[in-house]
Amino acid sequence: MSAAVSRRPAGAGLGDLLMGARMAVTGGRAGWTRTLLTALGVGVGVAMLLLAAAVPGAIDSRGERTGARSEPFVDGPLPAGPDTLLVLHADGQFRQRTVRGWLVRPEGPDAPVPPGLTTLPGPGEAVVSPALRAVLDSPDGPLLVARLGGARVVGVIGADGLSGPDELAWYAGRADLTEEWAGRLDRFGGGGPGEDLGPTLNLLVVIVFVVLLLPVVVFLGAAVRFGGDQRDRRLAAIRLLGADQGMVRRIAAGEATAAALLGLMVGGGLFLAGRQLAWFVSFADYSFYPADLRPAVPLVTLVVLAVPALAIAVALLALRRVAVEPLGVTRRGRPARRRLWWRLLLPVVGLGLLYPATGSEPAPTADWRIAAGAVLLLAGTVTVLPWLVDLVVRPLRGGPPGWQLAVRRLQLDSATSARLVSGVAVAVAGTIGLQMLIAGVQDEFRRPSGQDLTRAQAMVNLPGVAEPRAALDRLATVEGVTGSAATLSTAAAPAGDTNPNAVVTVRIGDCAALAEYAEVDGCADGDVFLARSGDLEAGVEPGGRIRLDEDWTIPTATRIVPARTDPTGGRAQSALLLTPTAAAGLPARHLNATALLTFDPADRDTVERVRATVAAIDPPIGQVLEFRAVREDPGFTKVRTGLTAGAVITLLLLGISLLVGVLEQLRDRRPLLAALVAVGTPRRVLGWSVLAQTGVPVLVGLVLAAGVGTATGAVLLVMVGAPVVLSWPVVGLGTSLGAAVVVLVTAASLPVLWRLTRPDGLRVE
Amino acid sequence: MSIGHTFLGLLQASPRHGYDLKRAYDERFGQARPLAYGQVYATLSRLLRNGLVEVDSVEPGEGPERKRYAITEAGVTDVARWLAQPEKPEPYLHSVLYTKVVLALLTGRPAADLLDVQRAEHLRLMRELTRRKTDGDLADQLVCDHALFHLEADLRWLELTASRLDQLAREVGR
Amino acid sequence: MSADALLVAEDLHRRFGPTPALAGASLAVAAGEVVAVMGPSGSGKSTLLHCLAGIVPPDTGRVRYRGADLTAMSDTERSALRRREFGFVFQFGQLVPELTCLENVALPLRLERVARRAAERRAREWLDRLEVADVAGKRPGEVSGGQGQRVAVARALVTGPRVVFADEPTGALDSLNGERVMRLLAGAARETGAAVLLVTHETRVAAYSDREVVVRDGRTRSLEQVA
Repeated sequence: MSAAVSRRPAGAGLGDLLMGARMAVTGGRAGWTRTLLTALGVGVGVAMLLLAAAVPGAIDSRGERTGARSEPFVDGPLPAGPDTLLVLHADGQFRQRTVRGWLVRPEGPDAPVPPGLTTLPGPGEAVVSPALRAVLDSPDGPLLVARLGGARVVGVIGADGLSGPDELAWYAGRADLTEEWAGRLDRFGGGGPGEDLGPTLNLLVVIVFVVLLLPVVVFLGAAVRFGGDQRDRRLAAIRLLGADQGMVRRIAAGEATAAALLGLMVGGGLFLAGRQLAWFVSFADYSFYPADLRPAVPLVTLVVLAVPALAIAVALLALRRVAVEPLGVTRRGRPARRRLWWRLLLPVVGLGLLYPATGSEPAPTADWRIAAGAVLLLAGTVTVLPWLVDLVVRPLRGGPPGWQLAVRRLQLDSATSARLVSGVAVAVAGTIGLQMLIAGVQDEFRRPSGQDLTRAQAMVNLPGVAEPRAALDRLATVEGVTGSAATLSTAAAPAGDTNPNAVVTVRIGDCAALAEYAEVDGCADGDVFLARSGDLEAGVEPGGRIRLDEDWTIPTATRIVPARTDPTGGRAQSALLLTPTAAAGLPARHLNATALLTFDPADRDTVERVRATVAAIDPPIGQVLEFRAVREDPGFTKVRTGLTAGAVITLLLLGISLLVGVLEQLRDRRPLLAALVAVGTPRRVLGWSVLAQTGVPVLVGLVLAAGVGTATGAVLLVMVGAPVVLSWPVVGLGTSLGAAVVVLVTAASLPVLWRLTRPDGLRVE
Repeated sequence: MSIGHTFLGLLQASPRHGYDLKRAYDERFGQARPLAYGQVYATLSRLLRNGLVEVDSVEPGEGPERKRYAITEAGVTDVARWLAQPEKPEPYLHSVLYTKVVLALLTGRPAADLLDVQRAEHLRLMRELTRRKTDGDLADQLVCDHALFHLEADLRWLELTASRLDQLAREVGR
Repeated sequence: MSADALLVAEDLHRRFGPTPALAGASLAVAAGEVVAVMGPSGSGKSTLLHCLAGIVPPDTGRVRYRGADLTAMSDTERSALRRREFGFVFQFGQLVPELTCLENVALPLRLERVARRAAERRAREWLDRLEVADVAGKRPGEVSGGQGQRVAVARALVTGPRVVFADEPTGALDSLNGERVMRLLAGAARETGAAVLLVTHETRVAAYSDREVVVRDGRTRSLEQVA
C-alpha cells in the first residue's frame, strides 16, 4: 500500500514556490489588482527604506563637494605666485537663506579654479548658482543683484561646485582685491571636515530614523497581507486539487515572494523617480542632487533580502491562523483571547535596554542599544494594540446600525484593523516621544538671544571702511530705515602697557548714538565719557594716555559712567566714548563703522536693502546682523525640521497604506455592500460604519500611542539628564496628526464606497 | 399525434405529391417508423373530403402519384388553430410539440409563441399541483412531485427549444 | 395594464456598456400577487428586478410605484422607499457575516430607527415564523444555506413590505430546501398581502407564483397576452 503512495520527487518544493509565484501574476483581474496593490504597498515601503539608506551617503556627497571648494589649511604664509588666487568670502543672508559669495582675483595665469567653474570670472564678472540666478530673475532680483558688486553674470556654477541644487552661491572677479582682507590659496579643497552634530543631536538623529522607519516596516508587514482572504480561498481550491498543508504553505510563500519581488522593483522605480523630487525639496539651507541619494550597497542588499523574507514570514504567520481545507477556509474558531504576556515582552525588554543608558552622558557607542531599545519600546505598540482593541471592543453592545456593523466586524476580526492602524500608532508614539525629548532639551539649544528688538532691528559692522562717515550716511538713508545710531570705533591700548590683551574700545558718535552704549545723561557735543563695566584697565582713566596711531591723552574732564548693554545682547563693555567735537584730532586713521538700525521688522525688504547697501561698500567685508528675539542652534533646527517633515511624510505614507487596507476590505465586501444598499440602507450608515471601523482602533491606538510615546519621551529625557515634563501640546500635536490621517483616509475611501455600493455590485453572476 | 395536421402544415409550406409528402414526413417526424402508403392516401382523402386540401394539378399517366395536393384556405385556418392550441401537458409530448414547432417554422408562423403558450399551459398545471402539494399530506406531495418533475422536464425542453429556434429554423429552411 | 397595479414598468431600456440588458420590458404587479419572472441567463431578468425596485435606473422608460414615478426620485428617496415598502431576498451575499441572524433580521427595523429591543423582538417573531428561531444567536457563517435563506426571507418581511423582490432566492439550495424557502416565502407574503416579484430560472420555484412573465433578449413576454 505504501508503495502506491509515492513520495513526491525532490525539487517539488521549488515547483510549489514557482506555482505560487505564477499565481501571483496570473489569476485574472482580481488577482492582478491584489498583486499590484501589494507590490505598490511594498514598493512605497521599499522606497522609504532606500531613501533612509541614502541619507548618510547624501550627506557625505554634500560634504565632499563642500570640502572640495574649501580653502586648504596652510602652514605659514603663502607667497604670491603665478598659481595663487586671492579669495574673499562675502557670505550673506537673503530672506533667511544663506548666500555664499566669493570675491576672487587671480595673481597669475595658473590660479586655481574652484570646482564647478571652468574659468575664473574676470573683474566685473560673476558666476552664479542656478538657484541664485532664479532669484536674480525673480522680482526679488534687484534686492540681491547689488551683492555681486555690480558684476555682470557670465556663467552658472556646475553641480560639483555646490552643496545642493538649491544653494545660493556666486563667484565674482574683483580687481582691487588685496592681501589686506583677502586670503591667498594655490588650490581648492583640503579644508577641515564639515560641522558635527554633537552627541545629543546624534542621539536624536538615531531616534528619528528609528521612529520614521519602524512604521515603514509595520506598513510593509501590512502590505504583504493585502488580499489575504482571496488568497486563502484560492489556496482552498488548490487543496481541493490534492495539495497538502505543506504545499499550500510553499505556494503561499511563493506568492508572497513574487509580490515582494515585484514590490522591490516598484520600490526601486519609485525611489529612482522620487529622488528626482530632490530638485524641488530643500530645508534649512539643505538641498541635494538626485544623484546624491545613492543608498549604500550593504544597506540595499539588506533591504533586498529582508523584504521578501518579511513577506514570507508574514504570509506563513497569517496562514497559521486559518485552516485552509479543501472545501474552504475556516478561521480557527473564535479567535482565542489574546494573551498579554508576550505582547508586553517587547516594550519591557526595550525599557530594559534603555535604562542603563540613563543618568550618564549618552556615548556614541551606546547608539545601537538606544536604537534597539527605542525600537522595542515602540514596537510594543504594535504588539499590544490588537489586545487592547480586543479588550475595548469586546464588551460593546447596541448602538445605531452603522456603529453596530462596525463593532461586530471588529469583534469578529479586530486584528486586521488593528494591524492597519498599528503603523499610525507607532508613528504617533514615536513622534510624541521625540517631540517630548525636544521640548525637554529645548533650553539647551533654543534660548533667548538677548537681542533687544525695541532698540534696534539690525546692526551693521563695517570694519576698516574707507569712507566711514559717508558709508554710515548711506545706511541711514536706505529706504525703510527709520533710525540709525551710528558710531565709529577703534581699539586702543593703554600707552606703555606691556600686556597685549589690555584693550579698550574707543567709540565716536553723537549723544543719541552713544546712549546705546552707556548712561550718558546730560551729554553735549564736546563731552567725553568713560563707560565702565567692571574694572577698567590700568591707565584707562581721565588724564591717562592710550595708544592709537599716536599716543593720546584722555581729557581730564572725562566723566565715568556705567556702561550699558548694547542691543546685540552682549555684555556691557567698558569703552571710551567721544562726541564728534571731542574726537576732532583723534590720531586714528583706520576706523570701523557701526550702525544700529531701526526699521519696521514686518517689512522684510528693508533688511535686504541694507544688505545690498553694505555689499556695495568698500571693502566688501561688512556684516549685517539681523536681530531676532530667539536664537536657535542651526543643527538642532535642522533635526527638528527634519523630524516634523519626516513625521508628516510617514503619516501620509501610513495613511496611504490605511487607505489601501480600507479599500481592500471594502472590495472584499462588495457584494454585501451592494446588497445592503439595495435593501435601502442609507449610504450614510455605511459611511459611518467604515469610519467607526477604522476610527475605533485608531482611537485606541492613539491613546496607546500617547502612553507609549510619553514613556519613550520620559526615558529619553532621563537619558539626556533633562527634567521630565509632560507637554500636552506635544501629545496633542501627535495625536491630532494621527486623527487627521484617519479622517483623510475615510474621506478618501468614501468615493470608492459610493462606487462599490452602486447596484452593479449585485451583478455577481 | 395528428398526421392530418402535419400534412396540412407540410402542404402549406409547398404543394406536393403524395409520395413527396410521405418522404418529407418520414424525414422530419417519422423517426424509426415510416408511414405506410395506405395511411398517407387515407389521410389525404379525408382531408380532401373535408375541403382542407385540394388537387393542385394532375400529371398524365397511371397511379395515384399523378396528383399534386395543395392546402385550401380552410386548411390554413385549421393548421393555425391546431398550432395555437396548447397540448394537454402529459408525458411524451415532445414528438407532437416538435412537429408543431417545425411546421410553424415551415409555414412562417411564430414558433416562439407556440412554445410560450405551451409553457404557460404547463406552468398552469404546475401551479395547480404545487398548490395541491402545499395543502396536501405527504402522499399527495409525493404524487404531485412526480408529476411536477415530469412537467419540469418538459418545460426545460421547451425552454431549450425556444433558445435554439433560430438554429432550428435554419435547418428546416434548408 | 390593470388599473389597480401596485408596481408598473413601461417599456424599460437599459444598457450596461455595449450590451443591452433591457430592450423594451414592461410589467405590472398587482397588490398581493406573486409574479415569477423567468428567462434564460443573461436575458435581463435581474436587471428588470433591479429597475422595478429602484436599484438601477432605466435608461429610458418609467417605473411607477403606487402612482409615483420611481425614475424621477432621488437616490435618497428611492433608498427610503426600498427600506420601508420593499423587501429583498438575494441568492447570496446579503446577510452581514459579523452580525448574528437575529441582528441581521432586526437590521432593516434598526435602520428605520426602531429601538433595538423592539426590533429584535419582531425579528424573533419572524425567525420563528420561518422556522429558524433556533439560529437566532448564530452568525450566518454558522448556519446551513437553507437556514440562511430563510433568515434572509425573515429579514425581507420584517418591515411589512408591500413588495418583496426575490432574485433567485433558491439558487444556491437543493430542491427540498429551495421549496421549503419558497413555501414559506409565498405563504408569508400571501398572509401579509405582500406582492412578490420572483426572479428564477427554476420552473418548480416559479410554480409557487400566480403568474409568469418571460424575459427574452431584454423584452418581456407575458404569456396571458400571447394566449
